Amino acid sequence: MVRSLLIRGMLVGLGAGLLAFAFAYVFGEPQVQHAIDFEDHLAALHHDAMGPEVVSRGVQRTFGLLTGTVATGVALGGLFGLVYAYAYGRVGALGARGTSALLAAGAFVSITLLPFTKYPANPPTVGNPDTIDKRTVLFFAMIAVTILALVAAGRVRRSLLPSLGGWNAASAAGSVLIAVVAVAELILPGVHETPAGFPADVLYRFRIASLGINATLWLTLGLGFGAVAQRLLEPAPHRTGAPAASPA
Amino acid sequence: MSDVALERKAGAAPAPIASPRELLPYALFGGLVLMIIIYFVGAEEGALSVISGTDVHEFVHDARHLLGFPCH
Repeated sequence: MVRSLLIRGMLVGLGAGLLAFAFAYVFGEPQVQHAIDFEDHLAALHHDAMGPEVVSRGVQRTFGLLTGTVATGVALGGLFGLVYAYAYGRVGALGARGTSALLAAGAFVSITLLPFTKYPANPPTVGNPDTIDKRTVLFFAMIAVTILALVAAGRVRRSLLPSLGGWNAASAAGSVLIAVVAVAELILPGVHETPAGFPADVLYRFRIASLGINATLWLTLGLGFGAVAQRLLEPAPHRTGAPAASPA
Repeated sequence: MSDVALERKAGAAPAPIASPRELLPYALFGGLVLMIIIYFVGAEEGALSVISGTDVHEFVHDARHLLGFPCH
């Protein structure tokens, strides 16, 4: 069963990666190009020599982008399938599709949305190459904090549920999540490397596009994997050939 | 299988499908392989570099930026 879920996760992830590519190509690429044009403009102003083009822009925005989004989709889909294999039956009274939707929503919030409030996606030109080591460590540290905070909030909710009831337990869990993430964001150092004069509209649209790409990925995984997992784990009577006479 | 699904009472959790023990080898090996893929898209030839040069970085350049990974 774990094997089946892993394979299905990778396949749904493949589809999610393709949709993410389409979204990225339409909404993200124009902003990437604007940012690169700005970079070239700056280089021309300072009479900097342009570096040799290792991979052409045409390849970067098509096959390169496709490879990156699809590989990420397959990898995240596989991991999603494995986490799902553990989570199914262990996250309360949720069926196959509910579990998938909950996991994907949690992944989007903890891997994309919350880390984004501290270290948002940046287009080319925004970001100093000399600080890439520090920024990479901070980025993954932030994701680790938000995932742990979300898991902790889930446990708080479950432990308070019998005594406080649904609304209060969820409010307490949400407060724990926000408090932990807020403290982490206050402690972790900020990164402010946008060069002077960089067009604010381009930065804004790039970041919105990045959120949209990640939302596409997780939405497709959450709903697509849920549908696939339901067929596997909870086959409907008419599909298995059993008489559909039993009253629901 | 269908009986299990039908007999499940509303508000009750379905039975887990895998014990942690059963999941461990998948989690270790599958998780490692999938992490390596994400590493190559997200961070190779950035903070760390396994393959020399910048070919991998440049090829997945746009995806790296747009997915939200830190990049040059």
